[in-house]
Amino acid sequence: MVLLDFEKEIGKLQEQLEKAINIGQETGVDVSSMVSDLETKIIDEQEKLYSNLSSWERVQVSRHPERPYTLNYIDYITDNDFIELHGDRNVKDDKAMVGGFGTIDGETVMFIGQQKGINTKMRQYRNFGMANPEGYRKALRLMKLAEKFNKPIVTLIDTPGAFPGLEAEERGQGEAIARNIYEMFKLKVPVICIIIGEGASGGAIGIGVGDKVFMLENTWYSVISPESCSSILWRTWDYKIDAAKALKLTASDMFNNKLVDGIIKEPLGGAHNNPKEIFKTVKKVIKETLTELKKQDPEKRITTRINKYTDMGVFNEN
Amino acid sequence: MTEENNGWFNRVEQGINTETKDKKEIKEGLWYKCPACKEIVPKEDHEANLNVCVCGYHERVNAKRYFEILFDDNKYIELNADMTSADPLGFVDTKKYTDRLVATQKKSGLKDAITTVVGKIGTYDIVIAAMNFEFIGGSMGAVVGEKIARAIDYSIENKAPFMIISKSGGARMMEAAFSLMQMAKTSAKLTQLSDAKVPYISLLLDPTTGGVTASFAMLGDVNIAEPGALIGFAGPRVIRETIGRDLPEGFQRSEFVKEHGFLDYIVERKNLKNTLAQQLRMFAN
Ligand SMILES: [Zn+2]
Repeated sequence: MVLLDFEKEIGKLQEQLEKAINIGQETGVDVSSMVSDLETKIIDEQEKLYSNLSSWERVQVSRHPERPYTLNYIDYITDNDFIELHGDRNVKDDKAMVGGFGTIDGETVMFIGQQKGINTKMRQYRNFGMANPEGYRKALRLMKLAEKFNKPIVTLIDTPGAFPGLEAEERGQGEAIARNIYEMFKLKVPVICIIIGEGASGGAIGIGVGDKVFMLENTWYSVISPESCSSILWRTWDYKIDAAKALKLTASDMFNNKLVDGIIKEPLGGAHNNPKEIFKTVKKVIKETLTELKKQDPEKRITTRINKYTDMGVFNEN
Repeated sequence: MTEENNGWFNRVEQGINTETKDKKEIKEGLWYKCPACKEIVPKEDHEANLNVCVCGYHERVNAKRYFEILFDDNKYIELNADMTSADPLGFVDTKKYTDRLVATQKKSGLKDAITTVVGKIGTYDIVIAAMNFEFIGGSMGAVVGEKIARAIDYSIENKAPFMIISKSGGARMMEAAFSLMQMAKTSAKLTQLSDAKVPYISLLLDPTTGGVTASFAMLGDVNIAEPGALIGFAGPRVIRETIGRDLPEGFQRSEFVKEHGFLDYIVERKNLKNTLAQQLRMFAN
């Protein structure tokens, strides 16, 4: 388990725990009370830490290298019957964006999401979850496909941003994201969006317009990353912690500002501490939300979706 | 709001700095020196030429100037003129957002980064939302989103074609996710405009980047631009850092963007009014 810089205390306790277990095995001495004591201490420490994470610490958890990614969720939720569909029918298949049909307890759902890589090689292959225009266009193609066959759409968002590359500009990154946002408002099927890791700016909202938008407890969603915000507004990279706080980018900030519809609770210590538990929770939320959304008439659902977003924004009228 | 300049502009600016000799000769307010070709012309002539140099360089001008250029008899009515930004996040970076707003309002004489107006171009009614780049880089916060939303409502009610004149560095960082959601809000309103079959012209000016490019600016029934405008999603500096090499000549300029299929046409400022009138006539007849 990779520990984050603010989890040092947990690391120490885990070391002690390992030692105790080893001693027990080597010497035959009964260490069970010591072991259970340390286990309790670890949980207490985690509870203390995780009940009071700073914004920046949540950003760190959202980027934890062992955190489950989009395909992990899809595989579990669909009970491994997911069929991935590739390509935008135009330029190529973007590996940073995945999508396809799968069933949830017998019901077909279109899943779409950014995919990060699990190791150095795969991170390159997935372009760190930064999609190119063809990724957004593939996503839109799949959304339209779902609409055609009246299947609901679930998007799983986890991206440090849309890719800022030369070819991305040539192929119209701005237009691709704009088109997706626009078209997502017109989809006649239910759309659920879940931020499972990083929700960075246009890259996130490019698949992020939904009837219901949820954030996992330890994720972030904003217009810019704390690091880039620091570099632009403070003109140095050193203020990422302040920037994270100022941006109000955590799930609870976003929910309190009515910019997302709900928060999905993570297992103690973050989603990576108990992936199965978070998969189950997410599956339950999707099922319940779909049941609720399907009761609405499609036209009504679209109007409600549009009104939700047009109500966003605070301003003064003198 | 961050990366309006690319390398080309930086080089031009350096050029000005090295020629201090010329600087002395230009009397304040009487002469215009073109940053592209270095030609010096009387300001009066330059303005009569709609702030475009003989070499074709289009000087950046503000929304008010576009209204003068475009509207019949320079007549127009402003909508929601008093709307100003709130500070829902209590945002503080090196200074308070509220202080930044007041200072910018004072300096620019503007209320926020967009002005919405109604007038006639070649006898055709039109609603125009024009961005003010001089207001925090033309950045999109809740005021920009709401004023566009209301201008679209006005267009729908009056069946008057709609135009956005974009000129923006993108998001208003001090409004964070509220700013991000304006991309969705404005796009949602454009679906309603489209359902009402009211035309939407998107005019992209130098510079248009970030969240503005990735929402309403790219969603026109026709997308048009002036020559040489910087138009892109990511800013040139970020792209240069990402790919680790210099960007090709003309990268992200109007001509490049049109060549790659994202602009319908490029129109010189002197032809802008006539072309728009012609375009509006096509939609009307
Ligand atoms: Zn010139």
